[in-house]
Amino acid sequence: MARVTELLINGVKYSVDVDAGASLLSVLRDDLDLTGSKYGCGEGQCGACTVLLAGAPRRSCITPVGDAARKPITTMEGLEKDGQLHPVQQAFLDEDVMQCGYCTSGMIMTAVGLLKVHPDPTDQEIARYLEGHICRCGTYQRIIAAVRRAAKSMQEVRS
Amino acid sequence: MRLPNQPIANHPPTPSLTRRGNEDLVLTKEGCPEGGVVLASLEPERYEVNARPTYHFGMPRRDFFKVLGGGIAVFCLLDRTLGAQEAGRGGFRRDQALPQEISAWLHVNENGEVTVYTGKVEVGQDIRTSLTQAVAEELSVAPGSIHLLMGDTDRVPFDMGTFGSRTTPTMSPQLRRASAAAREVLIGLAAEAWKVDQAKLVAANGIVTDPESRRSASYGELAKGRELAKAIPAEDPLTPAAQWKVMGKPLGKVTGRDIVTGRHRYPSDIKLPGMLYGKVLRPPAFGATLSSLDAHKAEQIPGVTVVHDGNFVGVAAPSARVAESALAALSATWNSAPRQPSGAEIFQYFKKNAQPGEERNGHAIGSIEKGLAEASQRLEQTYTVSYIAHAPLEPRAAVAEWKDGKLTVWTGTQRPFGVRGELAEAFHLPEDHVRVVMPDMGSGYGGKHTGEAAAEAARLAQAAGRPVKLTWTREEEFTWAYFRPAGVIEVSAGVASDGSITAWEFHNYNSGAAAIGTLYNIPNQRIQFHPVNSPLRQGSYRSLAATANHFARESFMDELAHLAHMDPLEFRLKNLTDTRLRAALEAAGEKFGWEQNKPQPGRGFAKGRTLRGCGIAGGFDKGGYVATCAEVAVDPATRQVRVVRVVTAFDCGAVVNPDGLRNQIEGANNMGIGGALFEAIQFENGRILNPHFAQYRVPRFSDAPAIEVVLIDRRDVPSAGAGETPIVGIAPAIGNAIFAATGKRLRALPMAPKGV
Repeated sequence: MARVTELLINGVKYSVDVDAGASLLSVLRDDLDLTGSKYGCGEGQCGACTVLLAGAPRRSCITPVGDAARKPITTMEGLEKDGQLHPVQQAFLDEDVMQCGYCTSGMIMTAVGLLKVHPDPTDQEIARYLEGHICRCGTYQRIIAAVRRAAKSMQEVRS
Repeated sequence: MRLPNQPIANHPPTPSLTRRGNEDLVLTKEGCPEGGVVLASLEPERYEVNARPTYHFGMPRRDFFKVLGGGIAVFCLLDRTLGAQEAGRGGFRRDQALPQEISAWLHVNENGEVTVYTGKVEVGQDIRTSLTQAVAEELSVAPGSIHLLMGDTDRVPFDMGTFGSRTTPTMSPQLRRASAAAREVLIGLAAEAWKVDQAKLVAANGIVTDPESRRSASYGELAKGRELAKAIPAEDPLTPAAQWKVMGKPLGKVTGRDIVTGRHRYPSDIKLPGMLYGKVLRPPAFGATLSSLDAHKAEQIPGVTVVHDGNFVGVAAPSARVAESALAALSATWNSAPRQPSGAEIFQYFKKNAQPGEERNGHAIGSIEKGLAEASQRLEQTYTVSYIAHAPLEPRAAVAEWKDGKLTVWTGTQRPFGVRGELAEAFHLPEDHVRVVMPDMGSGYGGKHTGEAAAEAARLAQAAGRPVKLTWTREEEFTWAYFRPAGVIEVSAGVASDGSITAWEFHNYNSGAAAIGTLYNIPNQRIQFHPVNSPLRQGSYRSLAATANHFARESFMDELAHLAHMDPLEFRLKNLTDTRLRAALEAAGEKFGWEQNKPQPGRGFAKGRTLRGCGIAGGFDKGGYVATCAEVAVDPATRQVRVVRVVTAFDCGAVVNPDGLRNQIEGANNMGIGGALFEAIQFENGRILNPHFAQYRVPRFSDAPAIEVVLIDRRDVPSAGAGETPIVGIAPAIGNAIFAATGKRLRALPMAPKGV
C-alpha cells in the first residue's frame, strides 16, 4: 500500500510513515500526539474530529491520510497565533459555551470553515452548516451565538 | 509562634485516607430541602451504585508537607463529633495522626497558590468552576489562584462518586468551611506578627491588611516557612448568600482556554511513553460465552500480544491500526447466548416479571378506595419509557500502566474510587496498589459509573508488560455500557367535581423510584416501585427515574385537567400548596405567556397548516424545583414534531454560578428532547440493533428550540445541585403540547420517533 511520509499541519511539516489508507484522525492523535481533534464515532456522524483540509472542514476520522498529504491541514492546535486566540475560539469563551467541551474542537473548526466562505451567516445558516455535529451536553444555542459573535468581531476587524 | 486554639504540627503525619461508605449517598436525610417537603425524594435510588466499599485499605503514610511543600493545610472532617474528638479544638498535635474521616483538603502554599483536593470530578457540569467560586468566596482570593485537584485516588480523600447532584449541597459547603478556616489561620498569623487584634484585620484578594497601620501581607508571605495544619469540624459559619462577592455571580469555565486551544487532555488523549493500543473482542450477543479461539494469525503480527483469559479476549499492538488488524485476525466461536427478551415484548415482560411493590420504595397514605368514592370522575392510564443510551461524546477510554506491582489507570469515570475498587477486585490487589486518575472527561450523564475500559486496558497492559491505551468505539459504547432503564408506569386517580384530586395510585415497573412521590396535595395515595430483573444492563442516568416518573405524573395531570375541564396550569395550582413549586410554575407560565397560549380543547389536525400547541409540566427532585413550558409545531404532512420554544423556571436555592446554571438548564432541555421524542435503544435477543449515531438519533442543531430560562434565586435557602433536575420537565411539557396541538395523547417515550 502507498505510504505517506510527510504532512503539513498548522504550517509545520511533520515526518510520518503511515499507510495512505490510515485515517487522518488516527495519524494526528496517535502518531503525532495532536489530540485536539477528538474521536467521537469514527463514522463521520458526530463531527468531533473535524479539521480543515485546504481550508474546508473535513471529518478526519473517515478521511484517509493519503487524501490529506500535500494539502495544508489545520487543527484546533493551529488556530491560536502568538498567544492570540482565533475570534471563534474567543467567542466560545465569551459566550461561555462549553460544558464538557469534547465537541468544541470540531465545532470550532467547522465554524472557522464556515466563516471563511460565508462571513455573515444567519442563525439558520449556522445551524444548518453545523447540523452534522453533535453536542451531547446540548449547548447548541450558545454555539450559534458564539459563531454569530465571531462573525461580527471578524467583520469589525476587516472594516 | 503558636496560634490560640490552634496547636501547630510541624510535620503532621499524612492522613490515612480511609474510605467512607455512605457519606455521599444520593438520597440521605441531610439532603432534604427545607424541612423535608417530600419524603419520596429521599427514597433509595435502586440503580445508583451505592454499596459500601468492601475494603478499607489506608493510603501509605507520607509526610504531608514534603509532598505539598510548606504552607497552610486545612482538612475537612466529615463528621462533626469525630472532628471534635480527634482534633480537639479544631487542630491536632504533632504526634497525633490526622483524623481518618476526611472529605477534602485545601493547601495554601508559600506563593499564595491554593490547591484543593477533592474526590469529586468534572464531567461537564462545571463544578470545577463553581467549587472554585466557593473557595474564592470564603478564602478571599482570586479564582485564578485556585487549582482543584480532582478525582486522583492517590492524592484526594475518598469520595463515593460524582452523582446525584451532591457536589453543590455537600462538597461545596465543606470546601467553603475549609477555606474560611484557612483564611482565619492566615489572619491569625498576621495578627501575631503585627501584635494586633485579629478581629481588626481584613482579608481580601489574597492579602491580609491592617486598616489602622496600613500594613499588609500576602497569603504567600504569611504562609512562607510555615507547616501548619488544621482540621475543621465542619461547623464554622459560612458567608451568607446575601454577602457573596464571588459566588452568585457568573464565572466562565475555568478550563475554557485549555479546551478551545485543544490543550486540555481528556482521558482518551492521555499518552504514555512506549504505550501500546488495545482492542477487545466482543461476543456476538449479551451472555454468549467463548467456545474456542484461534489466535495464531494475530500472534504472528509483529508487536502484537493476544490475551485470552476466560471470556475475555483482547489484543495489544504498537498502534491502534495494527490492533484492529490483529483483532480481525482472531478466529473465535461462541456458544449461543440464552434466549432474552426483546424490545418488542419488553413492557409485557416487565409486568409479568415484576417483583412485589417495595414499601420502602413507595408509600401509602389514606385510603384509595375512600378517595375514589369521593371522586366524581376517575381515570387510569399506562405510560412507558424505553431504554436509552447516555452516548457521551467521549466514549469510555483508559490508559493503564503497571509499575512495581502497582497499577495506575487514567480513565473517564464518575466514580474514581469505585473503579479503583473494581480494579483491585479484578486483579486481586489491595486497593493501595491501584491508582485511578480521572482527567476532566467528555461527559457522562450518569453513564460512566463503571470501569470496564479501565479493567480491559489493565489486563492487556499486564500481559504486554507495557502501558496500554484502550478507547471504546462508538458501537462498543452503545452496546457494552449500560442504559437508562426502560419501564412501565400505571397511574390511576379520582377527581372531585371542584377539581381536587381525591385519590392517586402510581406503580412504576423497573424504571426506578427517584421522584416517584408527588408534591400535589392528595389525601389518599398508594405509590410503589416494582423492581424487575432487566434483560439489558441498566444504571444511572441524568435524573434517572425522575424523568420517567415526571413524564407519567405530569402527562397524567394534564389528562386529569382536561377531564376536569380545567386549564392545566390552573388545575396544578388548585392541587398544590408547595410554595416553591407553585412559584416555579407561575414564573414559567408568566415568562412563556401561558394565558395567551393556553391550550384550547378539541383541536385536531388541520390540513395545509402547521399545528401548534403549548404544554406545561412541573416537578421536584434532588432539592430543585422546575417548571417547563413548551411550544411545539407539528407538520400536518410529515407529522414531524418540532419543539419551537421552551421556557424553564428553576429554583435550586441560592444560585452559585448563574450563567453556568443557565447552561445546565438549556443543555438539560436539549438533551431531554431526545428522550422525549426519538431516542430509543432497539434490541433483540441480546443484540443491540442501533449502536450508531446514524441509527440512534440524538438531538442536533435543528432540534434545538429557543430556550428561555428563569432563575429563581432563593438566597435564603442552601444551594442544591442543578445538573440533573432541569431535565425532568421537558418530556411531559412536550407531550402535553402535542396533545394541545393535535388532540393526540402520547404515552410512550420516545413519543414521536417517526412523527405523531
